[in-house]
Amino acid sequence: MPEEISTLNPNKWIDNYADYLFNYAVTRVNDSDLAKDLVQETFFAGLKSAKNFEGKATERTWLVSILKRKVIDHYRKINSNKGKSEVRMSFYEDGDNEGNWIEERAPQRWDNASEKYIENEELKTQLELCIAKLPEKYAMVFRMKTIQEFETEDICKELDITASNLWVIIHRARTQLRKCMEDNWFNN
Amino acid sequence: MMFKKFLINCNQATTICDKSQYNEVTLLDKVKLNIHFLRCKICSLYTKQNVFLSTMYKGHAKSCRQIKHCLTDVEKTALKKSIESKI
Repeated sequence: MPEEISTLNPNKWIDNYADYLFNYAVTRVNDSDLAKDLVQETFFAGLKSAKNFEGKATERTWLVSILKRKVIDHYRKINSNKGKSEVRMSFYEDGDNEGNWIEERAPQRWDNASEKYIENEELKTQLELCIAKLPEKYAMVFRMKTIQEFETEDICKELDITASNLWVIIHRARTQLRKCMEDNWFNN
Repeated sequence: MMFKKFLINCNQATTICDKSQYNEVTLLDKVKLNIHFLRCKICSLYTKQNVFLSTMYKGHAKSCRQIKHCLTDVEKTALKKSIESKI
């Protein structure tokens, strides 16, 4: 029996895959305009390299693999964006105090950290504001890990980073977020 | 001293604490963290707040999952046109 060979049918791409690819992109870059651009670029790149399509994978898998490369490119771009919003260090990086809390960034007791605030809409708005203040790559990795709840291994593969790299990012993001929520919500 | 290899600084302690919010921490790290708590009230407080924040993030994650991300028909038509022009 001959193996089944997939063929490309670009006229049907939008109907069949636009939503799937858009959802894939938006859960990673968290920006619908950017996600839309990435999907469009994916289709264009797909048309350009259609002659290289061997039919071994399904059409969708093939398009997703193109989109994945677009997501990595985006991550690399924001990774090299220096200075725009700098990560705020919470610990001394050298000297006798290396690894100790920088006093003004250390946790303070919270006044109103009662469980009843957890489902509050205003709190979610404040949380989004704090995430938006993170450097882009920190926000992206934090969201993928904590909000989209992707596996560590998958994130590392998708962004081409190591696990220790990921944990440094998560750690810095979480300490900065804690401070932001403390200043703007809990002790405001 | 044998004990010395169990000693970590606040940056390392809170890194372990952050990892443990996703249940991705080794037993050895847990031991180190608990030894650190014995002499560090700030990291104990950080951990307590971190657990609270995790609950909050989980709630946010849940409401984010309920949102379906789709392109509008207008966007799809525009996208179709741009593709057709290149076929």
